[in-house]
Amino acid sequence: MKHLVILGAGTAGTVMANRLARRYKAELRSKATQITLVDQDAVHLYQPGLLFIPFGDYTREQVLQPRAAHVNKAVRYVHSAIEHLDPATDTVRLANGERISYDLCIIATGSRIAPEETEGMTGAGWQEKVFDFYTLGGAEKLATAMANFAGGTLAINVVEMPIKCPVAPLEFAFLADAYFTKRGIRPRVRIVYVTPLDGAFTKPASSKSLGALLDTKGIELETEFSTGRVDGAAGELVSWDERRIAFDLLVTIPAHKGAAFLADVPGLTNEMGFVHTDPRTLQAKLKTNLFVIGDATDVPASKAGSVAHFQAEVLDENVRRFLDGEPLEPGFDGHANCFIETGHDKALLIDFNYETEPLPGNFPFAWGPLPLLKESRLNHLGKLAFRHIYWNALLPGYDFPGIPPQMQRTGKIVPAEVARA
Amino acid sequence: MPALTAVARTSEGFLERVEDWDRDLALSLATEAGIPELTDRHWLVVDYMRNTFLTKGDGPTIRTLGKESGVGIKELYLLFPKGPAKLAAKIAGIPKPHGCI
Repeated sequence: MKHLVILGAGTAGTVMANRLARRYKAELRSKATQITLVDQDAVHLYQPGLLFIPFGDYTREQVLQPRAAHVNKAVRYVHSAIEHLDPATDTVRLANGERISYDLCIIATGSRIAPEETEGMTGAGWQEKVFDFYTLGGAEKLATAMANFAGGTLAINVVEMPIKCPVAPLEFAFLADAYFTKRGIRPRVRIVYVTPLDGAFTKPASSKSLGALLDTKGIELETEFSTGRVDGAAGELVSWDERRIAFDLLVTIPAHKGAAFLADVPGLTNEMGFVHTDPRTLQAKLKTNLFVIGDATDVPASKAGSVAHFQAEVLDENVRRFLDGEPLEPGFDGHANCFIETGHDKALLIDFNYETEPLPGNFPFAWGPLPLLKESRLNHLGKLAFRHIYWNALLPGYDFPGIPPQMQRTGKIVPAEVARA
Repeated sequence: MPALTAVARTSEGFLERVEDWDRDLALSLATEAGIPELTDRHWLVVDYMRNTFLTKGDGPTIRTLGKESGVGIKELYLLFPKGPAKLAAKIAGIPKPHGCI
């Protein structure tokens, strides 16, 4: 019997479990193959929904569903924390005492915020004046603070890269502008966007468009600001080179880390606990029967649900190839596709990969219907519709017609110097 | 000091070929970046960056630098203003660190 173990039942782990359950349907029935999926939480959080909670647009009930309800019944789902992974003996030890031996293991344990990595962040003022919205509890507490905010400086700050959904902090800034405008107090609120990058975003074309959008909305931009410490009591953000930004309310995106048990395996991860992974095949660099998907990897792609979806198509094939003794397919190209909410019921869409930065044009076809890198109401409707697509098509692991895993240049306006490359 | 025009560089000023680097060239790169002199502390970081890249295939992040180069993060920002990992990589003649998106 072949035993496939998937660690983590978030977006990436759930999609992989469901895809592999379909691929190995007959083998699972005849017990030639077994698939085990492990997670420490019983509920699945729709993470893209966290952005809307601080503005009172979504509630807890709209972003939570039982994990097991979204997992194929042929998969054995185990609800337990993971204590130890031992690549030398191909075993996993769980907190419930169970020891699992595997032929192939897929690491899908994601990333989590680590506010304790920044001096002072979780000290005085934490969740009173200093908030995250990357956890459900944080987003809910922030909703109360936003509703009570009567004026002053709102600072939005990215501590360091990589973070989950790198566009989310920008979206928060745009939505905050719209939110305070609607409440009629926008003139009394100063919004400052504080980033360690040298522009609004990581790549030139989108950085320029998004920077211009910040400017239009009267949001100040502080670049190359590497957060050294937070003084919640004094309401001050201090950089390593002693620049200071005063705030009345700080919305921070803390440093991110991989699952703690992975960092205990010698040679498996980088210093933040993200697994050293081949960027094209998604095989772990430490051992051939370990694969990695989603936020848990160290590949230079966005930590986003769309990336996990595109990776899943490639990894599904590579799991089969590995089990059949065939060479792996270097099929993943870093493809990401993200809606960016810009407020007032509009959104942008970006589509990019390792080599090609987000470009203007149309998606997914030359005629559209969705415009790239440009505000539109249709993109906003796409973002809202995505919640239903997520539960009903993405998590079950279906391919999206017209949207292959590799990024397409169709519809994109490619600058001459990129086209030549 | 050697002229920087003699070596191939990326649009952001990083060396195209790691092997084009020597310690004199590092001085030229530093001067161009607004660092008039490379002290022993600068060299500690530059050598650490280069050795890490040559043995591991990627430059260290600011976090690793602060923990393992022998120079703390605060001092790194004094030595290499704004972006120590990026600037020290440039002076060490190694590619731009994998900027995470």
